Amino acid sequence: MQEHLIFRFDVDGEDFTSAGQASVHVKKNLRQIGIDPETIRRVSIAMYEGEINMVIHAGGGVAEVHVYDEYIEIILDDRGPGISDIDKAMQEGYSTASDNIRSLGFGAGMGLPNMKKNTDKLDIFSTVGVGTKIVMRVNYKN
Amino acid sequence: MYTYEHSVLLDESKCTGCTTCLKHCPTEAIRIKGGRAVINPKRCIDCGECIRVCPHKAKKAVCGKLSDMERFKWKIALPAPSLYGQFDNLEEIDYVLDGLLKIGFDDVFEVSKAAELVTAYTRTYLKLDVVKKPAISSACPVISRLISLRFPSLSEHIIHMLPPMEVAAKLAKDKALADHPELKPEEIGVCFISPCPAKASYVKNGFASYKSCVDEVVSINDIYFLLIGKMKKSDDVPQLSESGRIGIGWARSGGEATAIFNDDYLAADGIDNVIRVLDQLENGNIPPVEFIELNACAGGCVGGVLTIQNPFIARARLQTLRRYLPVSKNQVSKEDSEYIPEHYLFDDLPEYMPISRLSDSIAKSMRMLADIHSFKDTLPGIDCGSCGSPTCRAFAEDVIKGLAEVDGCPIKALREIKEGRDA
Repeated sequence: MQEHLIFRFDVDGEDFTSAGQASVHVKKNLRQIGIDPETIRRVSIAMYEGEINMVIHAGGGVAEVHVYDEYIEIILDDRGPGISDIDKAMQEGYSTASDNIRSLGFGAGMGLPNMKKNTDKLDIFSTVGVGTKIVMRVNYKN
Repeated sequence: MYTYEHSVLLDESKCTGCTTCLKHCPTEAIRIKGGRAVINPKRCIDCGECIRVCPHKAKKAVCGKLSDMERFKWKIALPAPSLYGQFDNLEEIDYVLDGLLKIGFDDVFEVSKAAELVTAYTRTYLKLDVVKKPAISSACPVISRLISLRFPSLSEHIIHMLPPMEVAAKLAKDKALADHPELKPEEIGVCFISPCPAKASYVKNGFASYKSCVDEVVSINDIYFLLIGKMKKSDDVPQLSESGRIGIGWARSGGEATAIFNDDYLAADGIDNVIRVLDQLENGNIPPVEFIELNACAGGCVGGVLTIQNPFIARARLQTLRRYLPVSKNQVSKEDSEYIPEHYLFDDLPEYMPISRLSDSIAKSMRMLADIHSFKDTLPGIDCGSCGSPTCRAFAEDVIKGLAEVDGCPIKALREIKEGRDA
């Protein structure tokens, strides 16, 4: 296995206001490595949407960013309710978020589609009642 | 070679090496070395926070002097609208403008007048198909520099309208040439009366390939006492002001945005708030708005570090001053506003400089970053600044980059001595 960097964040499911902090932190680190701005932007969007998803749907979880030579992998792991119909969840505008969450301006059903749009590869592993793991990959030119 | 000329300087004799500026610098541009604050020019965005917070008045803005204008035969003052908020019981802007003539200027051209014209053309600009929404104002030079250094993916959102100061400089020079055909262009000098050091930097360095038309920048606090001594309230003061509510409104946060007459805007002020908004914007996490106005200073330009008055008081005074003014005194006809004249626009933005990059190679930077993280874990994590770096993380970075000594943390050293004694 090649040498690579890992950043790990605990995403607090209780705290709406801190959602987004991990993505700010990752941005800073990627800038220091010298990753190009467009890649940073894509990682940051995917990461942010993932964080928000974990807060809204899963009561938090763990986010990891792995930086390899030619791609960046974002792994989001939670012990939430799981996704019963992944195809449906991928549709723009589809959301299972509660009215309460929607009234806060979240749950527009754009999270997963946005993550897909800003990554080169997205895999969802989910078991209802157990949790969800999302693995995203963003390629970049070294 | 790095040639950017800043407008924030340190008076070494006054600096005690305390950590106040270190902790407040939004770009972590300051380190304490040998008991003195040192500014890294590549990171400095001229926001003036360090001037604002320095308890020893050791940080200074480098602006021009009024006497520097003596080299011109025809001297024109360009007062920033924030100047009007600096005086008690001011009923007429004309008193200020007349005062400027009395302290030696041959003419005045209000930046607020230019601001009204910029507003009129910005409304047209925002309708252009090429404009990337949300459009970000280009008026605060700190913001433009911050975006080009730290948020390059947002650069294309910055509108290419010149700030009112530049438009005022051009129009003032044109007017002088038209009114006084005997003058040669090089005999005419324009002097911006500025609330902040960032404008002075903008004038010195230009903006990417754009060269400023302003000849000198003098700070509000520098001319304040001279000006106030010459100002008089009387009915025979000439009527010079050509500014309405919109132009004056530019002095405070939200003034530029509300003037566009489009409710879909966001206005943020104060450098930390601005950085948070830009981070969120980069994440795509901003409600759909058409226009974003960002001001580095809390309150907007009235909060500039070179002003005299508390920004909230200045803002309240401007409110009173605006009350009986028309919305704008500088309307552009519908027909004329369809085409934005060339002298309201600039071509390019500063190139992205990856200043925070650790090395030229990604592989090497990754190794360095791993070292930074593991070294950081050995530090106390209280971000006290005693080592001369703003945070433990920044110190770890400095050590790995070879800019700080590995044993530079006094807390860690103390802990090690104690552990050695206890063992």
